[in-house]
Amino acid sequence: MNDVNLCDVKPYGDMLNDGLIQVSFTLPIEHSFAANKAAEKIAEKMGLVSPEVIHSKELTKGYSYFIIYAVCNHSINFDELKDQSFDIQYLDKTDIEDLIVQKIGRPLIVVGASTGTDTHSVGIDAMLNLKGFDGESGLEAYKGFLTYNLGSQVPNSVLIAKALEVKADAIMVSQTVTQQKLHIHNLTQLVDMLEAEGARDDVLLICGGSRVTNELAKELGYDAGFSRGCYPNHVATYIAREMAHKTESIEISSDMAVVGE
Amino acid sequence: MISKLNLDEKTVELCHKSAQKVVSDVLRDVEGKTTFSIERAIVRLLGVDGVNEFDHPYPNLLIEHVNENGGINDGVSYWLGNAVIHTGKPPQEIADAVVKGELSLFDLPMAEHAEIREKMFSMAQECLDTLKKFHVSRSKFADKFPEIPQPYIYVLTATGSVYEDVVHGLAVAEHGGDIVAVIRSTAQSLYDFVPYGATEEGFGGTFATQENFRIMRKSLDEWAEKNNKYMMLSSFCSGLCMPEIAVMGVIEGLDNMVNDALYGILYRDINMVRTLVDQQFSRKVNGFFGITINTGEDNYPRTSDSPSTPASIVASEMVNYHLAKNAGVAEKNMGLGNAFEIHPGVTNGFLYEWAQAQLTRDLFPGCPVKYMPPTKHMDGNLMRTHACDTLFNLVTVGTQQGIQTIGVPTEGIFTPHIHDRVLGLENTNYVFNFAKNFGDEIEFKQDGIIQGHAQSVLSEASEILMNMAENGLYKSIENRVFGNVSRREDEGKGQEGIVDKSDIYFNPFEELMKDDKDERCQFM
Repeated sequence: MNDVNLCDVKPYGDMLNDGLIQVSFTLPIEHSFAANKAAEKIAEKMGLVSPEVIHSKELTKGYSYFIIYAVCNHSINFDELKDQSFDIQYLDKTDIEDLIVQKIGRPLIVVGASTGTDTHSVGIDAMLNLKGFDGESGLEAYKGFLTYNLGSQVPNSVLIAKALEVKADAIMVSQTVTQQKLHIHNLTQLVDMLEAEGARDDVLLICGGSRVTNELAKELGYDAGFSRGCYPNHVATYIAREMAHKTESIEISSDMAVVGE
Repeated sequence: MISKLNLDEKTVELCHKSAQKVVSDVLRDVEGKTTFSIERAIVRLLGVDGVNEFDHPYPNLLIEHVNENGGINDGVSYWLGNAVIHTGKPPQEIADAVVKGELSLFDLPMAEHAEIREKMFSMAQECLDTLKKFHVSRSKFADKFPEIPQPYIYVLTATGSVYEDVVHGLAVAEHGGDIVAVIRSTAQSLYDFVPYGATEEGFGGTFATQENFRIMRKSLDEWAEKNNKYMMLSSFCSGLCMPEIAVMGVIEGLDNMVNDALYGILYRDINMVRTLVDQQFSRKVNGFFGITINTGEDNYPRTSDSPSTPASIVASEMVNYHLAKNAGVAEKNMGLGNAFEIHPGVTNGFLYEWAQAQLTRDLFPGCPVKYMPPTKHMDGNLMRTHACDTLFNLVTVGTQQGIQTIGVPTEGIFTPHIHDRVLGLENTNYVFNFAKNFGDEIEFKQDGIIQGHAQSVLSEASEILMNMAENGLYKSIENRVFGNVSRREDEGKGQEGIVDKSDIYFNPFEELMKDDKDERCQFM
């Protein structure tokens, strides 16, 4: 291990604490020496020190592209972050199947779709379909899951109707292609509609997509959000653990009810 | 031309024969049908355009009027032609009066059928002549500039605003792109109308409207004049308004259109009969005016991991080829689709990609095959994506594909930014130049990995096509032959827009374009 001070972590180039980073962006100005200067000024406003344009190029008249190397002297206290459980230990398929058998004792029902105008089913297919993604099978392949993949461009109303019909334990929504925050509109609408149906508390509501984060998901009223780098077993672990937890707490409360009598 | 892959000629022939059978069965089935969108395309060709105060397009309102009065089976040509005879007004004025509620096409005395037909045919001929003249002048304009060598470099823009697309389009032109294709706003394919005017608020793309086409065309033409290089313009002739978009493209001088026969069925869940009827008319229009069409087989590997996917691509190319041929599209205007989508971790994946790309090239030597970049396995590591794109570019130039959609490093993260497109172009230019004649210099080892893979894909494709010839296209789609997607004949969007033709139905443009085949303008 290196002797990094976890209370004072900086970007690393080739020496500890050198703070070296690379940024690239376009400015809507004519390509010129003045434009390079402007790019460096922007980098300074980002809080970077000694910015140097190492490559710049005219994209078309009035638009210039820059690659800049600079030093970032800001640091973060990593110790503070470590305890906030960003890194979850995920289970593999067998362990998840065992968990469902032992703690839940029935298959979990999951309904998923790519909703709204999104025509891309790649995300939801990767999570739900048998073939999965990158060698990891999707939930359809798990013994403990019963899955319904409604595909792409599914209206929120159709997704909800299906979830109610099959008494889903979890709803998974995927938003792949998004621009100008369209995905946020689709995602919040689903939450609103579920609440209007009085069904929000009956299901685990999960969203996923390249621009979705767990933080964003929670902010929008979802139970969890999964993004880039997520594999089917991550989602499966989450659902199985949450459901096991739910089942346990129901058992505990009914036990208590018995005691109370 | 059976070339580098040592393909079995009999198998190739069998593929073509089976595909022809599949296609002739489909065409027999859709022959007696038209659609709302085809009828709207007819009135657009006759000059009907504009929207009412609720932004409802005149072509839609006019066709709805005919439908509500029970006349749609006779075709709009019949009812509109009668109105022209009785009012002496051009179609646009008639549409205007109908929209404003000042005129009903059904309150007029009816002229003789033959007279209506004659009137409409002469009007349609006039429209075609005007458009032909326009296309000859476009052709002359393009010919002023140096010829553009293939592979044509095809680059997307997708900002949502036509004015930003202009900027992106110019950046593409500056950096060696040959074709600018403006991606449509997400879900436009499911609109059963074409939006109107210049638009600035699309999602994941910009609405295809006639005004947007005009704005892009004008800016690329101006750039061409200044820089002595012609720039081609492309859009998406697909979805529920496929025939209308074809007409709009012809009117505004587009060079290229995505126009797949099956894509809408598989990936937009549009009813298969609707799509197949629509694609025939749209392809007749594109074919007549020499607009290059691109097909969408590149999507299959994105939705299917099955080992038979490469074979299903070949089978689909065969079906698309024969559907296009029947619609009068010249081989040089058929950009049949394929993609570089094998997982980057597969050992010798490059050799399989090469074999598949070469196979399409060799099966359709007269067609400018349209080759698509890796996207499915691009995981946000833009440096790796850039590396994959380099090999993709090498396959493109080495197998002499006709049209290449460039790969962009930020593929799979978001709608690429302007500089991402330029980085993609720089990679393409580098490889296309650095390895320009590589393809001419190489042959493949007899029965080596590349030949073996191509041969086995072809033989599997011939089996798929033989089964399809027996079961028919509809049943085969239901059985997930393409992209592992299943659709049923009686399901899907847009079914309500399918119309059975009555005995007196006629579509003057369809008939005139068919009779005028020898004079077809071949623009590009």
